Amino acid sequence: MGQYLLRRVLIAIPTLLVISFVIFAILDLSPSDPVGNLPLTIPAEVREKIRETLGANDPFLVKYVKWLNQFLISEPLNVIEKITGTKFPGSEERLRYLSWQTRSPIIDLILERLPQTLWVVGTAYMFAIIIAIPIGVISAYKPYSIFDQVGTFLAMIGFSVPTFFTGLIFIIIFSVNLKWFPSIYDTTHRVTDIESFWVQMRQIFMPVAVLTLFFTAQLSRFTRSAMLDNLNQDYIRTARSKGLSERRVVIRHALRNSLIPVVTLVALGIPQIFQGALITEQIFRVNGLGQLLITAVQGGDLPMVQALTFIFAVLIVVFNVIADILYALVDPRIAYH
Amino acid sequence: MKKPVLKIGALVAVLLLLTGTLGGVFAQDGETVTILYWQAVSNMNPYLSGGTKEIDAASLVLEPLARYDETATMIPWLAVEIPTVENGGISEDLMSITWKLKEGLLWSDGTPVTSADAVFTWTYCTTEETGCAQVANWTDVTNVEAVDDLTVKVSFGVPKPFPYGPFVGSTSPLIQKAQFEACVGVAAQGCTEQNFGPIGTGPYVVEEFRANDVVTYTANPNYREEGKPFFQRVILKGGGDAESAARAVLETGEADYAWNLQVLPQVLASMEAAGIGTIMNVTSSAVERIHINQTNPDPALGDARSVWAEDGSNAHPFLTNPAVYQALSMAIDRQVIAEQVYGPGGVPTCNLVAQPPIYASSANDSCLQQDMEGAKALLDEAGIVDTDGDGVRELNGVPLRILYQTSTNAVRQANQALVKQWWDELGVETELRNIDAGVFFGGDPASPDTYGKFYADVEMFTNTFDGTDPESYMAQQQCSEVSGPDNNWLGNNVSRWCNAAYDELFAQLSQTVGLEARAEIVKQLNDMYVQGGGIIPLINRADVSARANSLEGVRMNAWDAELWNIADWTRAQ
Amino acid sequence: MATTTKVSALPLDYKATQKPRTLWGDAWRRFRKHLLAMLGSTALIIIMLGITFGPLIWTLDPTYIDIVDSFSGMTAEHPFGTDNLGRDTLARVLYGGRVSLAIGVVAMLIGILIGTLVGLLAGYFKFLDSPLMRLTDMFLSLPLLPLLLVITLLFRDSLRVTFGPELGIFILTVIVIGCLGWMPTARLVRGEVLSMKEREFVVAARSLGAPDFRIVRNHILPNVLSPVIVSATFSIASAIITESALSFLGLGFPPDFPTWGRLLFDGKDFLTLTPALVLWPGLMISLTVLCVNFIGDGLRDALDPRITK
Repeated sequence: MGQYLLRRVLIAIPTLLVISFVIFAILDLSPSDPVGNLPLTIPAEVREKIRETLGANDPFLVKYVKWLNQFLISEPLNVIEKITGTKFPGSEERLRYLSWQTRSPIIDLILERLPQTLWVVGTAYMFAIIIAIPIGVISAYKPYSIFDQVGTFLAMIGFSVPTFFTGLIFIIIFSVNLKWFPSIYDTTHRVTDIESFWVQMRQIFMPVAVLTLFFTAQLSRFTRSAMLDNLNQDYIRTARSKGLSERRVVIRHALRNSLIPVVTLVALGIPQIFQGALITEQIFRVNGLGQLLITAVQGGDLPMVQALTFIFAVLIVVFNVIADILYALVDPRIAYH
Repeated sequence: MKKPVLKIGALVAVLLLLTGTLGGVFAQDGETVTILYWQAVSNMNPYLSGGTKEIDAASLVLEPLARYDETATMIPWLAVEIPTVENGGISEDLMSITWKLKEGLLWSDGTPVTSADAVFTWTYCTTEETGCAQVANWTDVTNVEAVDDLTVKVSFGVPKPFPYGPFVGSTSPLIQKAQFEACVGVAAQGCTEQNFGPIGTGPYVVEEFRANDVVTYTANPNYREEGKPFFQRVILKGGGDAESAARAVLETGEADYAWNLQVLPQVLASMEAAGIGTIMNVTSSAVERIHINQTNPDPALGDARSVWAEDGSNAHPFLTNPAVYQALSMAIDRQVIAEQVYGPGGVPTCNLVAQPPIYASSANDSCLQQDMEGAKALLDEAGIVDTDGDGVRELNGVPLRILYQTSTNAVRQANQALVKQWWDELGVETELRNIDAGVFFGGDPASPDTYGKFYADVEMFTNTFDGTDPESYMAQQQCSEVSGPDNNWLGNNVSRWCNAAYDELFAQLSQTVGLEARAEIVKQLNDMYVQGGGIIPLINRADVSARANSLEGVRMNAWDAELWNIADWTRAQ
Repeated sequence: MATTTKVSALPLDYKATQKPRTLWGDAWRRFRKHLLAMLGSTALIIIMLGITFGPLIWTLDPTYIDIVDSFSGMTAEHPFGTDNLGRDTLARVLYGGRVSLAIGVVAMLIGILIGTLVGLLAGYFKFLDSPLMRLTDMFLSLPLLPLLLVITLLFRDSLRVTFGPELGIFILTVIVIGCLGWMPTARLVRGEVLSMKEREFVVAARSLGAPDFRIVRNHILPNVLSPVIVSATFSIASAIITESALSFLGLGFPPDFPTWGRLLFDGKDFLTLTPALVLWPGLMISLTVLCVNFIGDGLRDALDPRITK
C-alpha cells in the first residue's frame, strides 16, 4: 500500500508537467487578446504597444520556460510569505506574476477570491452530499416506491433545467416579489458575530440553493444506481439469510460497497468547488474563482487563465490520487501491486 | 423515516429566522450609494487600462483640468477658466495652450496640487515603456512645462486648431507626482498599490479595491467644495450581466444606479413598471453601422483574402457596385430596428457622424424610410437579377451571397436577424455569424475572426469618438489607414475604403480653425464616405442607465465620465 | 400412468411451443413489463415523430420575422405564441428539437463509447491503467473555453466548406461535446471494473482459462452497464444544455438557427413578459431527459437478471 501510494505520487509529477505544457500550448494558440475589450477609440499603434509591454509577443518556448520557473519556484514562495508574513532572502527581487487585465499579482487575486467561492460552492457541495446520499439509499431500498418516483422526477428536473434559469426564477420569487434574500452577493461582508453571520447566511442562500439542486440531482442518481446494484448481489442475500438485521445489511454491507463509485464521484467533484460555478457566480455577482476565470478568458488575460487552469489541473490530479487511495480503503479486495 | 421530517422542520425554522430581518444587504440610506457596473473594474489607473469602466471608476478620484458637461459644453474643472485665443490662453500661432490651476487645491493626502504634477502626468503617459492607453491625447505635444506653481504650458509641434486633448476629459486626469514617481516606464505595470489606489483631488478616495469585483470609496476629507459630497460611502460593484443589474435597480431596489443597460427595450420597460427606478437615456456619438468589405474575402484566395490592392485587382465581386450597396441600405427599416431592438435608446441615422448635431449631415436622410420596392427596382435596372431561379440575384454570374458577422450580444443578434430577413427578401442571401467580443475586437494577427481582418462580406459594430471633436474619427477613413497584413490588420479603415478626394479634404480639416468651417468639412467627408459605400449606418445609440427614484442630482453624461458629478448626488428624504 | 405422460410430454411440449430463450428476448420481455419505461419510450417516440413530421404539417418558417406580431400570446395562428421579433415558437420548437435531440444522442454515444472503452481497458489491463488514467486527468484539466475557441478556429472553415455551414457546425459540436465529456464515465467504469475483476465469478472464469475478451464481454461489461446507463441519461441532458452555451459564445450554430437550448437561453430574458417563450423549450428538454432516464431505468432492470419484480 505504502509503495503503491509512493508510486502514484511520483507518477503525478511528470503527468503535471505534460499537462502544464499542453495547457500552455493551447492557450498560446487561442485567439483571445489582451486589448480585445479596450474601446475602439484607442488607436492601433497604442494597442500594439500595450501588447508589447505585457510581453505578449515573446516567442513561445521563452514564455513557457519563464512561466514554469515562475510558477514552480517563485509563486509558491510568494504564497508562503503572504500567508505567514515571513520574508525569504531575495524576496524583493523575486518577480510577481502579473495579470494582464489588472496589472496585479495573480496569486493575490486568487487568494482574494477563494473565500466567497468556498462559502458558496463548498456549502452547496456539502449540502448536496448530505441530501443526496440518503435520498439515493432510500430510493434504491424501495425502488419504484412513491418516494423513489418523486426523487427521480425532482432529480431530473434539477439536472435538465440549467442554473441560469433556476437562478433567475429564484431571484424573481425571493428578491423581486418576496424581498427575502438579496440577489447581489457582498464580497466585502465579514462574519464577526451572530448578526453578521445571519446576513452571510441570507446572502448565500440563493446561490447555494441553486447549486445544491444541481449537485444533488446528479449525486442522488448515482448513489441510487450503485446501491440498487449491490442490494441484489448474492452476498446481501447471504447476509439476510444469516439473520442479520435489515439495518445492518443495508448500512454495513450494501452501502459500504455502493460507496465505491460514489466516493469517486464525490472526490472528483471537489476540484469543481475550487473552479467555482461559472454561471451561478455570475448571476448572483458572487465574483469568486469562476467569475475570475470568465473575466480572464473574455479579457484575453492569458497569465490568469494559465494560472487558474494549471491550479485546477493540480487539484484534479491530487484528488484522483485521493480517490484511488479511498478505493483501497473502502474496497480491500482491490489489489495493489 | 421520521428523521427527514424533523430535518425539514428545522430547515423551515431556520428559513423563518433568516427572513425575520427583511430588506436588502445593501440598504438604501443617506450614507451609502451603490452603483452597479456589470463589467467589473479591473484597475483604477485610466492610463493603464483604457476601458470605460476603469475610466469611470477612476473619475471619482482623479480629475482633469477641464471636462465636458452633459450638454457637451467644456467647463473648467481644476483650471480657473478654459483657455481660448481671445483670453490669451492659446497662442496666436495655435502652437501652445496655457492652463491656470485653481488656487488652494489639495490632493486627498493633504499636499498641494502644483503644475509639477501636470508635467509629470505628461512624462508618465508619454514614456513609451509605460504602455499608456491614452497616448492619443498627447499627439503632437512637444513639451509640457511648469511656468510657475499654478501655470502649465503645453506646446505643440504643429498648429493645433483644437488643442483640448491634454488634461481635458476623463481620459486625461492629473495624477500625483509624489505617488507615481517610481512608476514610470517598465515599473508602471508592477505598481499595484498605486494603480489600485491612486491619490486624487476628486470627491472620493479608494478605501478598498478588489480587482474585477468591487470598489469601496469614502468621502475625500480634503475635497475643495464645502459640504460635499453628500454620500459618505460609494460602493461600485461589478460582475453579473446587464439584465440583472437593471433588475437590482428597477425591481428589487438593492442598488441605486446601474450603468450601460444593453437590454432589449421591452424587458427594460416591464422592469421600470415596478415604479422604484427610472431609466435614463442620453444621446452619444456612438453609431451602430454595417461595414462593407471593399475587398474579396473568398477563402479560396488564401493569403490574398480581404487584402486591399491599390490597383483594385482584389475588389469585392459585387459589394463595390453602387446599385448593390444602395439597395442593401434602402431595404433596411431603421425605424423598426430602433423601436424593436434599441427602444428609446436608439435613433435611426444615415450618417457616420450623427452627434453633436452641428456635425450631422442631412444629405443622406432619405435612408430613414425603408424602400424595398425602390431597392428591388434599383437592382433590376442595374441588370442584377435572378437568372437561374434560385431566389438569389446574380451580378456577372456571381450570386449575391453575404456572410454577415458581428460580436455576440443579444441586441446585435436581434438586429442581425431583422436585417437578414430584409436582405433575403431583396434577393441577397445572408448567412449570420456571431463571434465572442474578446476575439472579435482583439488585435491578435493570428486569429481569422477579428474585425480588422474582416474575413466576411459585411460586419457590424459600434464606433464613437472621445469628447466632441471628430477629427481623429474622420482620420480613420483615409487610404493610409487601410487594414491589412502590413499593419498587422490593425488599421482603422476596416472597410478598406479608399478615395483620394477624401484624403485631400481631410488634410484641409486638420488646418481649419473655427467650429462652423470645421463642421462643414466634416459633413462633406461624412457624405463622401456614406455615399461611396464604406458603411451602412443604422442607429445612433444612446447611453442607457438606470437610477433609483430616491437618488437625486444625477446628470448623466455621454461626453465625459458618466459619474462626473457624483459629488452633487443626494438622497431624497 | 400420470408420470409417464408427464415425462414424455415435457420435452416435446417445450420444443413445440417455446422458442429458445435468449438474453435479449428476456430483456425485452422484462422491459415491456416496466410501466415507466414503456411510458417513457412512448413519449420519446411521440416527441421524435413530432419533430420529424411536425414541420411538414406546421409549415411556418421558424426564422420568419413578423415584427407586427411580436410577443403574441397563445392564439390559433401561433399556438405557442411568438418571440420578440414575431417568430413562431411552435415552428422553432419543432425545428430546434431535431437539432437538439440529434446533438444529445450523438454526443452521448460518442462520450459513452470512448468513456466505456477507456474505463474497461484501464480497469482490466493493469499496464494500461496508469497511462490511460493520466490521459483522463489531462482531459479533465483542459481549459474548456479557450480549447473551444482554438478548435473552432482550426476546423470551422474547412468543415463549413466540406459539409456546409449547418452540418459542419453539427459535426464540430457533437465531436467537441462528446470528446470533452467522456472522462467521468471512464472513471466510473474503471472503478467498477477494478472491483468486478476481483469478484469470484471473474476469478473463476479466468482460472478456467477464458480469454480476456470473453471475460470482458460476458462477465464485466453487463455488470458495469448500470453506471454507464445513468451516465448516458445525464449526458444527453448536458449535451443539449452545453450546445446552448456554445451558441451563446458564438461557437455554435448561426444565431438565428433554433435549438432547444438556444430558445431557452434567449427566452429567459422575457420570463416575466411572455413565459411561453421559456415554458415550451424548457418543457421539451425536461420531458426528453425524463423519458430517457425512465428508459434507462427499464433497460438496466431488464438487463440485470437478478432484479425480479
